[in-house]
Amino acid sequence: MTQAKPVTAVLRNTWRGLTSMRTALMLLFLLAVAALPGALLPQYSLNPQRVRTYSEQHPTLAPVLDRLGFFDVFASPWFAAIYLLLFVSLVGCVVPRSIDYARQLRKAPVITPRNLARLPHHARGETEVAPGEVIAATQRRLRGWRIAVRDEPGGVQTISAERGYLREAGNLVFHLALLGLLVAFAIGKLVGYQGQVIVLANGSQFCNSGPLAYDSFRPGRSVDGTALTPFCLQVNGFTATYLPTGEAEDFRAALLYQGTDDLAAGTWHPYQLKVNEPLRMGGTRVYLIGHGYAPQFTVTFPDGQQRSAAVQWAPVELGTMLSEGTTKFDPPGVTDDAERRTRQLAITGLFAPTAALRGSLLSSSFPALLDPAVAIDVLKGDLGNNSGRGQSIFSIDQSMVDSGRLKQVARSNLGPGEQLALPDGTIVHFDGVTRFVSLQVSYDPAQPWVLTFAVLVLGGLGLSLAVKRRRFWARVTPGGADSTVVELGGLARTEAAGYGEEFDRIAADLLPPETARPPVAAGAPGPPRTSREGR
Amino acid sequence: MPISPVLASYSDLAYGTALVLYLFAMVLHFIEYAAARVPATALVTTVATDSDGSVATLVSPSSVPPRATAARIGRCAVALTGLAALVHAASLALRGAAIGRVPWANMYEFISALCFVAVAGWLVMLYRQRCTATALPRLGGFVLLPVVVLMFLGGTVLYAQAAPLIPQLNSYWITIHVSAAITATGIFLVSGVASLLYLLATRTGSRLGSRLPDTAILDRVAYRTAVVALPVWTFAIITGAIWAEAAWGRYWGWDPKETCALVAWVVYAGYLHARATAGWRGPGAAWINVAGFGVMLFNLFFINIVIAGFHSYAGI
Ligand code: HEM
Repeated sequence: MTQAKPVTAVLRNTWRGLTSMRTALMLLFLLAVAALPGALLPQYSLNPQRVRTYSEQHPTLAPVLDRLGFFDVFASPWFAAIYLLLFVSLVGCVVPRSIDYARQLRKAPVITPRNLARLPHHARGETEVAPGEVIAATQRRLRGWRIAVRDEPGGVQTISAERGYLREAGNLVFHLALLGLLVAFAIGKLVGYQGQVIVLANGSQFCNSGPLAYDSFRPGRSVDGTALTPFCLQVNGFTATYLPTGEAEDFRAALLYQGTDDLAAGTWHPYQLKVNEPLRMGGTRVYLIGHGYAPQFTVTFPDGQQRSAAVQWAPVELGTMLSEGTTKFDPPGVTDDAERRTRQLAITGLFAPTAALRGSLLSSSFPALLDPAVAIDVLKGDLGNNSGRGQSIFSIDQSMVDSGRLKQVARSNLGPGEQLALPDGTIVHFDGVTRFVSLQVSYDPAQPWVLTFAVLVLGGLGLSLAVKRRRFWARVTPGGADSTVVELGGLARTEAAGYGEEFDRIAADLLPPETARPPVAAGAPGPPRTSREGR
Repeated sequence: MPISPVLASYSDLAYGTALVLYLFAMVLHFIEYAAARVPATALVTTVATDSDGSVATLVSPSSVPPRATAARIGRCAVALTGLAALVHAASLALRGAAIGRVPWANMYEFISALCFVAVAGWLVMLYRQRCTATALPRLGGFVLLPVVVLMFLGGTVLYAQAAPLIPQLNSYWITIHVSAAITATGIFLVSGVASLLYLLATRTGSRLGSRLPDTAILDRVAYRTAVVALPVWTFAIITGAIWAEAAWGRYWGWDPKETCALVAWVVYAGYLHARATAGWRGPGAAWINVAGFGVMLFNLFFINIVIAGFHSYAGI
């Protein structure tokens, strides 16, 4: 047993230290400081591209930062350690306080101090009213307060009153709701997912069949992608309206959708998908997060076979929707792989919804589709898409060009309906433009809980900051014939914000007007007597 | 919704006028401050200790002419501030009418609105304290100084023509979320100024500090304003998250703006805890409050201009 004693003492001291207000303060600081790099440095979770750029710019610093988790702050062990410690500290602080509070709620207000004149708020007066009357009047005046009347020797009676218990309740609700908020947040991160997909707005469909249906998919830790809620979408059109200045006014996509229940029946429902107005199907939501143009090309190969493709090109200038991309073709009917890889085609270049030419240089002067044109290079050879490396759909593999296996064979600016003949007789025809939308699907079943706890946090905080916990005492002493001495005292248990004025008002109501009272608050002369009578 | 350039230009005119009036009021306040020779703290202690019968002669205005002049200048400055606030309100209203929506969708509009809240909050504070004999009004210059600086920056480098909302911002949440953020920021500004002055006043021997009101009063002003602003700030963050859920597909994504808002919130929570922690009341807590406002300013300027330039609603 003697062995165990120091151990428990250490444990107890650690626990006390951890749950002390000072530690909580330090941990709050640490949390604030630790979160800052997450705002200042590029983060993988937000934009991996920017992390890469940053790493190229800071070749010595970046690997160190990366190792320490500074590019993924909110998933780093040290960040987790801080908030977990903080929440342990919070539990250790809040649980005893809740028990204490429950006990206080059942107890009568504390006994009246012997010397009321020592309290921050104090008043005294003499009246002809009988002591019993004074007690009754005081009780009436203190409606809404918790009151205890006690007898002291010599016929003296006291009233102890307390008010503002809701402050503590609010404070406890606030701290507990913070815990709840964290838990709900974590659960959402665990079982939720987000996926992004580009769909052409020409009647193309998307079905939530699994992670592979997406262009990018970010699952929660416990999501393996096998049990996504099934639904299907069909994007029938997209409209953007612009002001004459080119500023966007409104985006909307015309959808048809099938929820889980509709899939078997095959029914479709229409929906106008807009920014700020997601499509909600149970816990699954679909968002319109972007849009752009997909120029459509038809290639007529020398043997007369035709292939058409419309592939999204990425907007590079958001103001004018000048876009950049690559549309790739395999030669039809070529079975020999080596042969095929000498005759692949890539149409790469710029697309302008409203063409503005400077010389032959294409730019765009307006984001809407007023006068579309493309400025393209046609390349022929090996696209390198058999190399096993993943390839961007927006660009060609530059190493294929550098190694001479992919060669530029033509360059031209084309309007819709115009075409271009390659030296080998292949014809590239610019058919026109299709629009695409970029959609995000989010699933987070814990969201309603997060909201509930957030509202509790706010409510609890409001209560705990607005309600004042305060005490009031009265001692009523029979003072000889026809005279009663009334002594009042008041104490604010928390920040003294404004108790003085309330105390003065109660005192004014309870004491006879002509009574002399010592000044209540330093430097603040009381209101003139006459104004007190008016109340 | 078409823009009315005429109303917008009247709004700009009113903005400039309000700025100049604030500047005058600030100068008057500083003159008042310099003219107030008797250290305010000494006066307050004299009244409170009630040591001899001389209290009445000390506070009587007629017997101490420089103070009377100072007080008159001070009243003048407060009146001018009130007038400026009215013109400022007109500027906001005209801008709103010109664009047919709430006038706080870019940094210029945001700064204008938050300065208005700071000034209005300050005036409300003065009104509510008018019966207690404090030297509070004399602090007007210190409250107006950041307002003038912010409004100058807003009206010059950050100025934005009246324009309609981009679709991402076109939601009723902008009214709710941004007005809460503005209100909280404006009140935190007053709180931060009070804490800064508190720190000045506790530095014994500083000549600037000796004319400030009692440190207890400064501390109380800082606390009472922070206590109003924090729930409003909480509300702003929560409504921001609700909006983010509708607009960006997630209620919280550690976007720099969100992160920084949370950091500010945590710092202010730290301020309130510090005031309940032995050894941290007083200057310690005041420093935290000042740091809190530092984070708010950082979020407003640095994150908006340097970081978020690449970010979020440039997305669609
Ligand atoms: C995530 C961590 C925490 C946050 C964000 C937080 C936030 C807050 C806020 C905003 C208040 C103001 C409400 C008020 O003044 O009544 C408050 C009060 C309080 N908190 Fe926390 N808190 C946290 C953790 C803790 C911990 C760990 C403890 C205990 C060690 C604690 C103890 C208290 C106490 C005693 C009050 C009341 C102070 C007073 O009455 O003035 N808090 N907290």
